[in-house]
Amino acid sequence: MTPVDTMAELGAVAGTARLYTADEPLELVGGGRLEVVDVAYETYGTLNSTGSNALFICHALTGDAHAAGQRIGDRRPGWWDNLIGPGKAVDTDRWYVVCANILGGCRGTTGPSSINPATGQAYGLDFPLLDMADFVTVHRRLARHLGVERWAVLLGGSLGGMQVLQWALSHPDEVDNAILIASSSRLTAENIAFSAVGRQAIMRDPEFCNGRFSDAGTSPDRGLSVARMMAHITYLSEKAFSEKFGRAAQSGTLAPGFGIDFAVESYLEHQGESFLTRFDALSYLYLTRVMDYFDPFAAPDALDALRADPVKFLVMSFDSDWRFATSQSRRIVQHLEHAGLPTAFREINSPWGHDSFLLALPAYHATIQAFLDRAFDEVRG
Amino acid sequence: MRSDLKLIADLLPPRSRILDLGCGDGELLRRHAAKGGSGTGVEIEPEPFLAALRRGVDVIDLDINSQLDQFADDSYDVVVLSRTLQNLKRPAHVLREISRIGQLCVVSMPNFVHWRNRLRLLTGRMPVTRDLPYQWYDTPNLHYTSLKDLRPLFDDLGLTVERWVPLGETGLPLPLGRIGANWFASSAVYLLQASR
Repeated sequence: MTPVDTMAELGAVAGTARLYTADEPLELVGGGRLEVVDVAYETYGTLNSTGSNALFICHALTGDAHAAGQRIGDRRPGWWDNLIGPGKAVDTDRWYVVCANILGGCRGTTGPSSINPATGQAYGLDFPLLDMADFVTVHRRLARHLGVERWAVLLGGSLGGMQVLQWALSHPDEVDNAILIASSSRLTAENIAFSAVGRQAIMRDPEFCNGRFSDAGTSPDRGLSVARMMAHITYLSEKAFSEKFGRAAQSGTLAPGFGIDFAVESYLEHQGESFLTRFDALSYLYLTRVMDYFDPFAAPDALDALRADPVKFLVMSFDSDWRFATSQSRRIVQHLEHAGLPTAFREINSPWGHDSFLLALPAYHATIQAFLDRAFDEVRG
Repeated sequence: MRSDLKLIADLLPPRSRILDLGCGDGELLRRHAAKGGSGTGVEIEPEPFLAALRRGVDVIDLDINSQLDQFADDSYDVVVLSRTLQNLKRPAHVLREISRIGQLCVVSMPNFVHWRNRLRLLTGRMPVTRDLPYQWYDTPNLHYTSLKDLRPLFDDLGLTVERWVPLGETGLPLPLGRIGANWFASSAVYLLQASR
């Protein structure tokens, strides 16, 4: 535990905004409609007088609005605390940083486990299907709420990078720079397969109750933890597993049987269990499905708006990431670069797989820093 | 500015879109941009990559030997390969690739048969000079050629030499013809036009 609250030195503000109401509901890309949408967000740093230093952080599948800082009593700081803060690569003395929990999430923003105002019960599977563009719509509304008219930088990893791409493609006139890390413009069949198994683990859990588990007083914990355990394997690399655990026994010596014997098994068990305390099975279904269907370059006119109003891109990948492999980042670069857009790309050497994007790897952070330094030159003018 | 870069910059059509392979800290691209041009750099070495990125150059990290297929046909006006041809595994393959990406190519190459190198070879030692400053066991250079031997390769690949400039050891142009250059130039810069 940390003895000090580091939120103050970040100039942190945490809040929840009701961005849509019955009078002005959120119309979704898929045709659905949400009459009440609350969004949980945090901000760090200060918006300058010209509004030119705003930087939006798009979180990954299981992230939340608490990207940086640590409150007294917290076991851990925000999920991207190694990147965001005074003097860090995303320097809160320079940037007004905003991070919000994604629509469909379960960390303060309206999602499928929120109460449906029409029924007074949780939405469950009545919650409408979401699209990447819906996240962007909500976050643009949040920008208005916060008084931000344009974003100097959008920054996101994994699902967050996908959202950054969608945002830059659909509203390039509001964005100057975009950073996409360990991301994809179109999941591979293997990616979709992993997501499908995760969802099946949840939906086949008897306690899932066809999504009505909160009414039924049950919880598909087994399914959700298995989904997380399997997904977590794909977030690391073989080398990372070997280095962390090897074939070590959890209790010193192996005791053959079907219990948790190897250290790696215990680790996965812990990952699965701790995930239950912060994540919701329905959010897992809805958010992974958005990723599966995301394929923005499939539209023939996908790049038209960006061509007319170029955004500067930095795309990054990690060489041991096999879940969102370098080839997927290169595909994004290819589309952007072929359209004549200013695009930088770097592959970072790291043994830690997809999870590398959350780690404080010097070459990785130095690259973000170099790109942000140049972006800040533009802010200063 | 490195004098050979200055010379290359002057060979580039103004306002053209260039791809600079092995762009280092992006000096050539920045000079080109200052004159109204645009372009992309390719750099695989971490330090120059970061320097180029910091200076506002759009720089892509890839291996010139094997990953130029990332770039579309005729997607740039000019492709510049400055002083790296000798470090590439398959120079002919790369020349074919760059002439696919852009119809104009700027290539420079050290001249291994500069008279001083020839003398050094006569003493029984491998040349170590300002242009070839490495010992044989730690050199990044995989290929050595004379300027004379470059021409048949260009011909084979259907590349026409539009202009060429022999350079002295300090990187300044030398007023030499072909034969003189093969003796006295320590490197040369070629502007090549690919057939279409």
